[in-house]
Amino acid sequence: MAIQNTIDPLLEELTGPTPRQILRKRVTGHTGLLFGVGVVLLLIVVAILAPVLAPHDPYAQSLANRMVKPVFMGGTWEHPLGTDHLGRDYLSRLIYGARVSLLIGAVAALISGVIGTAMGVAAGYFGGKVDAVVTFMINVRLAMPVVLVALAVVAILGGSLQVVIGVLGLLLWDRFAVVMRASTLQVRNREYVAAAQAIGASTTRVVLSEIMPNIVNNLIVIVTLEMAHAILLEAALSFLGLGVQPPTPSWGLMVSEGKNMMLFEPWLVLIPGVVLFVLVLAINLMGDGLRDVTAPDNRS
Amino acid sequence: MTTDTQEPLLSVRGLTLDIPMASGVLHAVRGIDFDLHRGETLCIVGESGSGKSLTSLAIMGLLDKNIRRSATRMDFNGIELTTASNRQKRALRGDRIAMIFQEPMTSLNPAYTIGDQLIEALRLHRKVSRAVARARAVELLEKVGITAAASRLGQYPHQLSGGLRQRVVIAMALMCEPELIIADEPTTALDVTIQAQILSLLVELTREMNVAMILITHDLGVVARVADNVGVMYAGELVETGPAANVFGKPMHPYTRGLLRCIPQPGKTQRGEPLGTIPGIVPSLVGDITGCAFRTRCPHAADACHAAIPEQGVPPHEFRCIHADGARALEGEPA
Amino acid sequence: MLPFILKRLGLAFLVALTVSFISFSLLFLSGDPAAALAGETASGEDIEAIRRVYGFDRPMLVQYFEWLFKALRGDFGESYYFKLPVSTLIGDRLSVTMTLGVCGTTFALLTAVPLGVVAAIRPNSIIDRIALFISVAGQAMPSFWFGLILIVVFGIKLGWLPPSGASTWRHFIMPTIVLGYYAMPAIMRLTRAGMLEVLNSDYIRTARAKGAGEGRVLFKHALRNAIIPVVSLAAVQMGFMLGGSIVVESVFALHGAGYLAWESIARNDLPTVQALILIFSMFYIIFTFLADVLNAWLDPRMRSS
Repeated sequence: MAIQNTIDPLLEELTGPTPRQILRKRVTGHTGLLFGVGVVLLLIVVAILAPVLAPHDPYAQSLANRMVKPVFMGGTWEHPLGTDHLGRDYLSRLIYGARVSLLIGAVAALISGVIGTAMGVAAGYFGGKVDAVVTFMINVRLAMPVVLVALAVVAILGGSLQVVIGVLGLLLWDRFAVVMRASTLQVRNREYVAAAQAIGASTTRVVLSEIMPNIVNNLIVIVTLEMAHAILLEAALSFLGLGVQPPTPSWGLMVSEGKNMMLFEPWLVLIPGVVLFVLVLAINLMGDGLRDVTAPDNRS
Repeated sequence: MTTDTQEPLLSVRGLTLDIPMASGVLHAVRGIDFDLHRGETLCIVGESGSGKSLTSLAIMGLLDKNIRRSATRMDFNGIELTTASNRQKRALRGDRIAMIFQEPMTSLNPAYTIGDQLIEALRLHRKVSRAVARARAVELLEKVGITAAASRLGQYPHQLSGGLRQRVVIAMALMCEPELIIADEPTTALDVTIQAQILSLLVELTREMNVAMILITHDLGVVARVADNVGVMYAGELVETGPAANVFGKPMHPYTRGLLRCIPQPGKTQRGEPLGTIPGIVPSLVGDITGCAFRTRCPHAADACHAAIPEQGVPPHEFRCIHADGARALEGEPA
Repeated sequence: MLPFILKRLGLAFLVALTVSFISFSLLFLSGDPAAALAGETASGEDIEAIRRVYGFDRPMLVQYFEWLFKALRGDFGESYYFKLPVSTLIGDRLSVTMTLGVCGTTFALLTAVPLGVVAAIRPNSIIDRIALFISVAGQAMPSFWFGLILIVVFGIKLGWLPPSGASTWRHFIMPTIVLGYYAMPAIMRLTRAGMLEVLNSDYIRTARAKGAGEGRVLFKHALRNAIIPVVSLAAVQMGFMLGGSIVVESVFALHGAGYLAWESIARNDLPTVQALILIFSMFYIIFTFLADVLNAWLDPRMRSS
C-alpha cells in the first residue's frame, strides 16, 4: 500500500463533518444526556397532562377511604398506590406533585438565573469597583446558611408556592454569579470583543452579541444544576413543614406525611423519595451531559 | 572523544514502537538499531514527530501503557531491558540511566525544596544518611555552576530561573553517578544565551565523569557542538548514522543533505541565495508502510523506492538508500 | 503571607458585619415584630406594651447596633420561648452540631479522596465509572429521605443502630453518613480531576525517571500537589454542613443547634433564630478563612509571594 500524504487540513474542513453533525453525533452518543433529557421530558409531559392522567382529584378527601393499601399490597386498581391518611388518592397526588416540583424548580432557577447572570456578567465585564461589590455580595450570600434563612423567611411570610419560589429565587443566584463572572472574564479579553468595542459598539450590544453567545453554554449547565438544587431545597423545606403547605401535593410534604407510618407502610416514604431522586438525577445528568457535549475538552 | 573498542554500553536492535489509535496503528518507531559506547555522546536528530523522544522513553521504560514496544535487543551493560522486571528497571532508572527532560519550568515538583528532590534522587538508590546525601547535593550543585549551593537547597523550584532549574535537573541526574544520561532537547526551552552555557556544562561533565550521553535534538547546531556520533531520524527510522565528522562532512542520505542545506553553513552557503527547504510534509505513519518513508519528498525517488531499502555504506557510517552513493552524484556533490 | 492573611481577615470581618445586619433585619420582614410576637388575638394596647418592653419603638439602626454590641459580648438576649439566655441554649446544643460537622467532613474525606485517587489512576475503568455513578447519584438523593431510609433499614429492620437520640457514639453513625455523603461527590470529583491533571505533569515523569516506585509517585509526589484545592473545599463543605445539620438533626432527633433552629423558627423565637443565623455564618466565614490560609500555606508558590 502506498504512503499517503497527510490530508490537507483545508480539504478536511471542506469535506469533513460539519460542526452541526459533530454536535449531533456527540449528543446521540451520550447516554447520560439522553437519559436525562428523556426522563425530564417525560415528567414535564406528566405534569402538563396531570388532569388527564390522574385517576382522582388530589385534594379530594374521603375519611372512609383512609389508608387503603396500594394494589401490590392487596388493594384495588381504584387506588393503584393506595390512599393517604386523609383518604386522598396517592397516585394522583404523586402526579400533581410533579407540577409543584417542576414549577418551583424552573421558576426559581429562572429568577436566580436572571439575578446571578446580570451580576456575574456585570462584574466580569466592567471589573474594578463593580467586580469588587459583586464579589463581596457573593461572599455575603455564601456565608448565609441557606436552609436556615429560607426557613426563617417562609415562617415569617407564611408558606405558599409563591413565597417558596420567591425565597429560593432570591437565594440561589450565587453559582450563577460566580460562573458567569468567570466565563465573562475569560471571554472578555478575546479579540472579537476588542474589535466590537473598537468599532464603537455600545456596551449593551457588545455584551449581548459578543459575550453572551460565548457563555450561554455554561449558563445552560448552571440553570439545570440550580433547578435540581431548588427542587431538593423545596422538598427539604416542605418536609420540615415550612415550605409548600398542605393540602398542596408536594413530594417533600408527602414524605413528611408518610414519616409517622413508615414502619408499616414504607412505600409512603419510599415512592415520593424515589421520584424526587429520579427527577433530580435526570436533571443533573442532563446538565453534565450538556457540559460534556458543548465543551468536551473540559471534561474532568 | 573516547570510543571504546570494547562492548558497547547500550546496544539496541530492531526497536519498534506501535501506538494503537482509532484510525489504525501508528508506527511511531520502525525498527531502529544503534550502539553507544562508554563516555560517547550520540546525538539523535530529527524533526518533530520523527520518534526520537519516544525512543528515549522506550529505553527508560517510561512509555505510556498503550504503546506497544518490541525489540530484538536492548542491552544495557549486560542487562536485557526488554525482559527486565519492573523492579530491575526501577533500579536502573535514576541510578545507572538518568534522564533530563525539555521543560525545566515544570520538571521539578513545586511542593518540595530542590534540596529534598536532590536528596531523594540519591536515597532512592543508596542507603546513605540525609547528611551524606545533602553534602553530595551541595557538591553537585557547585559542579553545575550554582553559587551559594548550600543555601539553594532550601529554595523551591519557583524561586529559580529556567536556566538554574535546568542546572538543578542536571545535578539531580548526576546524583548517583550514572553511566548513561539521556537528554531530550535539554536546551530548547531556554534562552539562546543560556543554551550555550548548559550545553557546555553537559559536554564538560560527561567528559569529566566519563558518562555516555544520548542527546536528542532538532537543532543541528547543537549536534555540531556536542556529538561524537550522529543518528538522523526520519519518520520513525534511522536513515543515517555515523561519526559526526563523517555525517556532516559527507552526508550520504538525501534527507541529511536537505537538513544541512536548511541552515547556513560557512563556506558552502552563498550570500544572497535562499536557504534550502525540503518540500512536502512527513507522511502519515498509520497503517502498513513499505519502502522508503522519504520518497514522497526526495528529488530522486524512483519506483524501486517502494520496495525494501537496503543498508548502504561502510560502518561506522551507514545509511539507507537504494542509491549506493545516496544520490550524491545526482546532486553534483563530490563522491 | 502576613499581608495576605490580614487582607483576608479584613474582608471576612466586613462580610460578617453585613451578614449580621441582614440577619437582624429579617426580624422586620413581617412588618411589625411586636404584632408578630403578640399573636393574632392581642389587642392594640398589648401590642404597644410589647413594643415598649422589647424596644421595638426605637429606630431600626439603633436596635441593630445595640443587638450587635451585645452579641459581640456573647449576649444574644433571651429566648421568647424558653425564657433562658439564648447563649446558654445555643452553647448546650452546639457541641452536638460541631461533632456532627467534624464527623461528617471526616467521613466525606475518608471515602471520597481514596475513591478519587483510584478513579484517577484508572480513568474510564469500572472503578472510575462506579465512583462517577456514586457522585452523580449522591447529589440527587434528598438527604432527609436518605436519613429515613437508613433509619428504617438499619435502625428498625436490622436493629444495628439506634434510630434516634444522641447519647452514645453509635447514635452519630447514621447522621454522619447522611451529612457527609452530600459533600462526597464534590470532593471525589475534585480529587480525581486534580490527580488526573497532576499525574500528567512533567515532574511526575521526572519522579519516575529517578526510579521512584508507583506508590511513592502517587502519594508523595502527586497527591501532595493535587490535595491542595481539596483541603480548602473540605473546609468550605464543613461550613455548609452546619446549615445542612438542620435537616439531619430533625430527622434523627439529635438535639443540636440545627434542631434548635428548626424549633425556634416554628415557634417564632426570633432572638434565637437571629443568633443562630449569625453563629452559623460566623462558622462558615471562619472555616473559609482557615481554608484560604491552609491553601496558601500548602502551596509553596503562594507562601513566598
